[in-house]
Amino acid sequence: MVKGTEIIVKALKEEKVETLFAYPGGQAVDIFDALYGVEGIDVVLPRHEQALIHAADGYARSTGKVGVCLVTSGPGATNLVTGLATANYDSVPLVCITGQVPLGLMGNDAFQEVDIVGITNSVSKYAVTVRTREELPRILKEAFYIARSGRPGPVVVDVPKDIQQAMGEDYYPEGVSIRGYKPNESVHVGQVKKAVSLLKKSKRPLFLVGGGVNIAGANDAMRRLAEFVGVPVITTIMGKGAIPSGHDLYLGNIGIHGSYAANHAVSECDVLFSIGTRFNDRITGKISEFAKDAKIIHIDVDPASISKNIVVDIPIVADAKLAIEKLLEYASPLKVEKWVEQTKAWKEQFPIHMKQKEGLTPEKIIRYINENFSRPIITTDVGQNQLWATQYLELEGNRQFLTSGGLGTMGYGFPAAIGAKLGNPDRQVIAISGDGGMQMNIQELATAVALELPLILVVLNNGYLGNVRQWQELFYGKRYSSTCLKYRRSCDRNCGSPDKCCPPYNPDFVKLAESYDAYGMRITKEEEIGEAFAYALSHKHAPTMIECVIAPDLNVFPMVPTGKPLSECIMDC
Amino acid sequence: MEVKKRYISLYVENQIGVLAKISGLLAGKSYNLDTLTVGATEDPTVSRITIGLTIDDITYEQVIKQLNRSVVVIKVMDFSDVPIHKKELLFIKVSSCSEKDKAEIFRIAQAFSLEIIDYDKSHVMVQCVKTEGGNNDMIALFNDTFINRIEVVRGGSVAIEAISTRDQ
Ligand SMILES: Cc1ncc(C[n+]2csc(CCOP(=O)(O)OP(=O)(O)O)c2C)c(N)n1
Ligand SMILES: [Mg+2]
Repeated sequence: MVKGTEIIVKALKEEKVETLFAYPGGQAVDIFDALYGVEGIDVVLPRHEQALIHAADGYARSTGKVGVCLVTSGPGATNLVTGLATANYDSVPLVCITGQVPLGLMGNDAFQEVDIVGITNSVSKYAVTVRTREELPRILKEAFYIARSGRPGPVVVDVPKDIQQAMGEDYYPEGVSIRGYKPNESVHVGQVKKAVSLLKKSKRPLFLVGGGVNIAGANDAMRRLAEFVGVPVITTIMGKGAIPSGHDLYLGNIGIHGSYAANHAVSECDVLFSIGTRFNDRITGKISEFAKDAKIIHIDVDPASISKNIVVDIPIVADAKLAIEKLLEYASPLKVEKWVEQTKAWKEQFPIHMKQKEGLTPEKIIRYINENFSRPIITTDVGQNQLWATQYLELEGNRQFLTSGGLGTMGYGFPAAIGAKLGNPDRQVIAISGDGGMQMNIQELATAVALELPLILVVLNNGYLGNVRQWQELFYGKRYSSTCLKYRRSCDRNCGSPDKCCPPYNPDFVKLAESYDAYGMRITKEEEIGEAFAYALSHKHAPTMIECVIAPDLNVFPMVPTGKPLSECIMDC
Repeated sequence: MEVKKRYISLYVENQIGVLAKISGLLAGKSYNLDTLTVGATEDPTVSRITIGLTIDDITYEQVIKQLNRSVVVIKVMDFSDVPIHKKELLFIKVSSCSEKDKAEIFRIAQAFSLEIIDYDKSHVMVQCVKTEGGNNDMIALFNDTFINRIEVVRGGSVAIEAISTRDQ
């Protein structure tokens, strides 16, 4: 007979969990006690539970393994909510164990009691409270299985304190059988054949690839398929890297900040072959105009993603990798050279560049990363920094680019980089953040220093919540409401633009980094980029923050205004 | 798009919080339900939920898929195109009844096969077991006849696949 907490430790071992992201508290202290001195599990202590779950998420996205979180009840659990929604949207496998007040106190408004299952039902793949000691092993086993199978996602397992302490059998099940959960594990060959014959008749076919291909690890198969049939490829932000960014057939990202070539190709194709995307509004633009001349084939592992936003002609419910491999069996090369030439001409004629050519720009910083690092893992925050990264980064494959695509969570990038580095100690990990988002989880400098992680933290400091500022500039008459980060009470209330009289920026990122015993460097000129990265690389056991002071008024282009079709992008570059 | 009345029958795990999960899932997606009923089945670990909703084809397909996706849902039965029996329990309490009113209620009950299940000097209670539509008609009839004097409680439809008959 063993305690519930020992079953939890056993589960972690059986599931081969090497890194546990954990923050203690009263209703989890028994579990921490059981973990004390356990070999083979690295228990890391981030400085905030939101950062904790983003770190587990970064670990999971970059390794393909399940990220595991352990927190206490009440505030510990509620601090996970944003991270759960972030992971749920982007199909990231997580298991989150939350401490809970003893069963007998549940429902009594006990100290630090919240109904975390009720709170997280809608932002997790599954959430469950363990109600007997007997069911604890089964529920834990199921949690890992549900998290990683089918369309992956986060699972919450809420464990009341008395169940943690209760004695019971020392066992952990080998397999699962959940009557309400049977993920699809095959491909319907009839549908694949239909798709192939539609493709054969097409004169202007196009692959639209989403995050599903990266999650399934179908990158190599995807590249082979595109090359074999000779069809151009566009990706969503989450699909970026599905085929190498430098590939001849790759036209760039689709969507409201996508490339001209990608957005025009999708507007003019006659068959849109999409794999692992849910046609989110950020990529479709005005929905009635989206791919309006095209028949649509859609492969997705989640039936609920098919025909949700766009009506599909040929649905195929399957794992992307299995489906692409089947397609490789049945498809044949297409004669669509003229179309391919056309798409390449768009790509050459309208490459993405920033309008600003002089001085220190995000484009130059990101291109420096492309040229000087081999297969780094890049995380981004949310905002212009993220959009520039999606535009200029060149990727080789999957698990290389971690970004909050679905929820768009500011504060994601830095903690995700910590998780990525823990999962990939031999890879260079670089976080690209904005000055706003960096401050949303800045306390993680303490974690990165404690764990001696040589991360490179690139802060693109434009002094603004730049993405929102851009909207205000373009669509709200330059009324910069609550977006200036230099603002002080004594400023002119109607200030419409920054000038030399602005108060100094706070915080001083360099001093801030140093106060955490990390390194910091501020650069303001293009020539300093190389020096800054060299400085960062010289630190093998501590993070370096590179604060890049960029112009306050840079915008992300091309851009498709809300409600407009993709073909009507504003280029301005 | 054209909306249509439909029924879905679900087998779900009989656990604490399952009803909240299902209704939360549907509410979170902004699907509007007409009725939802739940009860344990011949197998005490399984409950059955009947959902009635008036909805267009595309949204309906999403509802089915979303329900299928939920871990606590064991099976989703789409009753759109199958013969089913469906019934709803409805109680109507009429107050401030005169002798004339009472006579009228007894007549209505006889005409429409309703049951009088309780009464006193000034109240009468009627029980209707009909389809949702049939119960709507009864409520309308009582509302017209006994203005501002009725109290209504209804249970929501339960539905089950027919054995041999057409729609009931
Ligand atoms: C948690 C959260 N709050 C608010 C937003 C809305 N939002 C999106 S981008 C953005 C501005 C981000 O500013 P910054 O981090 O400085 O990045 P920049 O756009 O300037 O590169 C805001 C406020 C969000 N995405 N996430
Ligand atoms: Mg900014």
